[in-house]
Amino acid sequence: MSKRRSVGRCRDRSADSLGPEMNDRISKDDVEKVARLALLHLEPSELETFTGQLAAILDHASDMGQLDLSGVEPMTQPVPLSNVMRADEVGELLDRGDVLASAPCSEDGQFRVPPVLGEPS
Amino acid sequence: MSDFDESEWETVIGLEVHAELATRTKLFSSAPNEFGGEPNTNIDPVTLGLPGALPVLNEQAVELAIRVGLALHCTVQRSIFARKNYFYPDQAKNYQISQFDLPINIDGWIELPDGKRIGIERAHLEEDTGKSTHIGGGGRIHEADYSLVDYNRCGVPLLEIVGRPDLRNGDDAKAYVSELRAILVAVGASDGKMEEGSMRVDCNVSVRRRGETEFGTRCEVKNINSLRSLGRAINYEAARHVALIEAGEKVEQQTRHWDESEGRTHKLRSKEEADDYRYFPEPDLVELDPSAEWIERVRSELPSLPAQRRHDLVDRTGATPAQAGLIVERGLDALCIAAVDLGADGSRVVTHAEHNLADPRAVDLTPENLAKLTEMETGGDLSATQAKQVIAEMVETGASPVDIAKAHGFEAMDTDALATTVDEVIAANPDEWQRYCDGDGKLTGFFVGQVMKATKGQADGKAVSALLNARKS
Repeated sequence: MSKRRSVGRCRDRSADSLGPEMNDRISKDDVEKVARLALLHLEPSELETFTGQLAAILDHASDMGQLDLSGVEPMTQPVPLSNVMRADEVGELLDRGDVLASAPCSEDGQFRVPPVLGEPS
Repeated sequence: MSDFDESEWETVIGLEVHAELATRTKLFSSAPNEFGGEPNTNIDPVTLGLPGALPVLNEQAVELAIRVGLALHCTVQRSIFARKNYFYPDQAKNYQISQFDLPINIDGWIELPDGKRIGIERAHLEEDTGKSTHIGGGGRIHEADYSLVDYNRCGVPLLEIVGRPDLRNGDDAKAYVSELRAILVAVGASDGKMEEGSMRVDCNVSVRRRGETEFGTRCEVKNINSLRSLGRAINYEAARHVALIEAGEKVEQQTRHWDESEGRTHKLRSKEEADDYRYFPEPDLVELDPSAEWIERVRSELPSLPAQRRHDLVDRTGATPAQAGLIVERGLDALCIAAVDLGADGSRVVTHAEHNLADPRAVDLTPENLAKLTEMETGGDLSATQAKQVIAEMVETGASPVDIAKAHGFEAMDTDALATTVDEVIAANPDEWQRYCDGDGKLTGFFVGQVMKATKGQADGKAVSALLNARKS
C-alpha cells in the first residue's frame, strides 16, 4: 500500500539529471502527495518547478553520501544542549474571545472546523 | 469465557496504556493541566501551535515519568522527542510531540498478583490531543456536517506504556491494567481513573493455533473505558478472528472501535494507511538525559509498590495471594499488619479485611480498634455475627469496639445460660435431636440456628457446636 521512497538515498551523482521530469530522487507523484497532505494546492506548472527544486535540495543533501560516516552517531539536534526544562508553574493564558475572533469560524466557545473525514466541499 | 475452542486457539494480547500525568501544567507549556470545564480556557500560544511559539519541557512530567519507569523496572535512558505528523484538528499544529526511537523508559515488567510477569517494552512521554465533538450525522465522525474543537486537553502530559504481547486471556489483561493503575496511583503519577479517561487502554489482539510460534495478524481495539469492556472486547475480537480463519478468510490488520452497548467492535481504518506518520526528531526541543543522581534520588523516594505490599501482607498475616490482592487494592494492608503487630490474630484480621471492609472509609480504622475487636472475638466476648455488626459501626462512626458492643448490650453469654438454652432447644426438637445423634450432620446447622434465634445472635456458633457435641450420647 505505502510506496514510501527513501528519497535521501545516496547514488552516483554522475548519472544525475536535474530535469524535473526524469529525476528519480523524487517524482511529481511524491510532490503531489506531500502537497495534498499539507493541504497545499499546486498548479501543474508549480508542480514542475517544485519537483525540480526539491530534487536539487535532495541532491545537495546526498553530498553527505560521499563521506565516510561509519562510526559517527546520528545527530538528532544541532544544539549541544540537554535537559532544558521549566518548573511546573502556571503561566499566562490567552483570552478565548481574542483567540476565537481570529479563527476562521467558531461556535459555543469552540473552534468550528470542516468535517474531518470525507472530501472538503 | 470465550466463544471458541480454547484448547485449539490461543489469544495473544498486548496493551498500550495512556496515563495522564498529575502535573499542574501541560507538557510543553505553562497552561494549566485541567480540562472538562469551559472549552478553550486553558490555552496559550504553545497549545495552539501559534507561529513562533516554542515548547519547553515540564520538569515535573519528567520526574513522574522516571518514577513510573522505575516502578515498572525499566531502564531510564537518554531520550529525544519526535514529531508525529498527522492531519486532524485535535492538534492545532498538525503534529503531536511524542517520543519514537529513543523513549525515556525501556525494557521493564509488571508482576501480576498471581506471580506472572508481563513485559513492558517502553513507557514514553507525549502530549495529549484536544477534544473534538462531531456535529450532525448523529454525532458520528463519518457523517458529521462539521466538528467543534476544545484545546483544553491539548498538551496535557501523557505517559504511553507499551506492554509486550505476553498476555493470553482477558482476565490477565484486566489484572495487568489493575496492577498498572495501582502502580500509577501509588507513585502519585496519575489518578488512574479509566472511566474519566485519565487512563486509556488500547488493546492489540491476535489469535494463533496452539503450538504456533508466529503471531497472527493483529487488530488494535480502541475506546475501552472500563476493565469490564476490556475483557468483553478481547473475547469478542478473538472470537471474530477465529471465525474468520476457520471460514478460510484472512484477518486484516485494522484499528477497530469497541461499542459497549452493542458489545462488538467496528472497523475504524486499515492500519497500513495510518502508519505513515513521518516521525522525525523534534527540532524545537533538546535531548533529555536525566543524570544518574536524579534517577537514584527518584528510586530512593519510591513508595512500597503493590507487588511488594502483597508479599509483605502474605508474610506477616498468612493471607492467601488472592486475599492479599484484594486487601492491597483496598489499601488496608498497612492497617492489617499494624493490627497483627499489636497482637491480633492474623486470620481474623484478614477475614475482616476481605469480607467486612469493602467500605472505602475502612482505611480510617485504627489498628488498635481492629486488634481490640479480634481480641474480643477470640476471648468469646463477641459472636461472629455480633463482630460483623460492630465492625460495620466502627467504619461508620470511628467508635471503639468496646463502646459499640456495650451500646448494643453485646456481652459474652454466660456458659451456664448458653448450656440451658441448648438444652431447651434440644428438648423442644426431640425428632431432630434423635437424627442428629444418629449422625445426620446437616442438623448441626439447624440446632445452631435455633440457639442463635433463641439468643438473638448473641451465642457463639463454635461454642454451641461444642455443647451439642458434648450432649450427643
